[in-house]
Amino acid sequence: MITSTHYMLLSAALFMIGVVGVMVRRNIIIIFMSIELILNAVNINLIAFSYQLQNVIGQVFAVFVIAVAAAEAAVGLGIILAFYRNKETVNIDEMNLMRW
Amino acid sequence: MAQAIAFYFLAACILGFAVLVVSAKDTVHSVLFLVLDFLFVAALYVLLGAQFLAAIQVLVYAGGIVVLYLFVVMLVNLKRPPEAHVDPHRQGRMGFWLSAAVLIELGAIALWGSASPAPAAAPLPTPMTGNTEQVGWMLYTNYLIPFEIASMLLLVAMIGAIVLAKREL
Repeated sequence: MITSTHYMLLSAALFMIGVVGVMVRRNIIIIFMSIELILNAVNINLIAFSYQLQNVIGQVFAVFVIAVAAAEAAVGLGIILAFYRNKETVNIDEMNLMRW
Repeated sequence: MAQAIAFYFLAACILGFAVLVVSAKDTVHSVLFLVLDFLFVAALYVLLGAQFLAAIQVLVYAGGIVVLYLFVVMLVNLKRPPEAHVDPHRQGRMGFWLSAAVLIELGAIALWGSASPAPAAAPLPTPMTGNTEQVGWMLYTNYLIPFEIASMLLLVAMIGAIVLAKREL
């Protein structure tokens, strides 16, 4: 029998994979994709609880998460393009203009 | 039983493709694995009775966001070799330890939660209306203000992306 614990463990594992991607990879495009994986893990959690509690509000929150993810992807990729035009790189180690 | 088989199959596919997204050498391959991952997550939403969310996932994520990623991957020249670094493994090591810390934290939470396991999910009662209608009803009544704010956010993001991507800032 699949309980919501199973869904939470799946969500935690997906979240971990995203965190490892953010921390280990240097290509900023891959880092953005890892953030999308993290947001998907959050959505799985919300919808699993929506199913568990038989309440549709969790799905409404997931809609908002998807809207924010779309906005984040658009702005983030715009920043990547603007940065690439200036520095000709997508390596995050070279993005240190604002480092003190 | 069928639900358990479907869940384990989908979970294995989701986690496997997520690992491939993070570990792929070629960024284009990574984006394509991301599409497959999103599609399997959409299938999981159907398993959880959220058909509207599954359709949104396919349309917005697998259809829209991933195309945006592919455009950026095409516009950016990834073939150029990265510059030599003082210690190329420094970030890898630090990332490993930070990830291990997060894993330990999640494991502690899981152990804490397994002391009182969640009750089995109730079987879905036959709803009076469709899932899309329920979500839409909630979205346009109780959550109308957040909905309008989300539309404002999307407008701001759209203008911001266009301004950022312009030739001269």
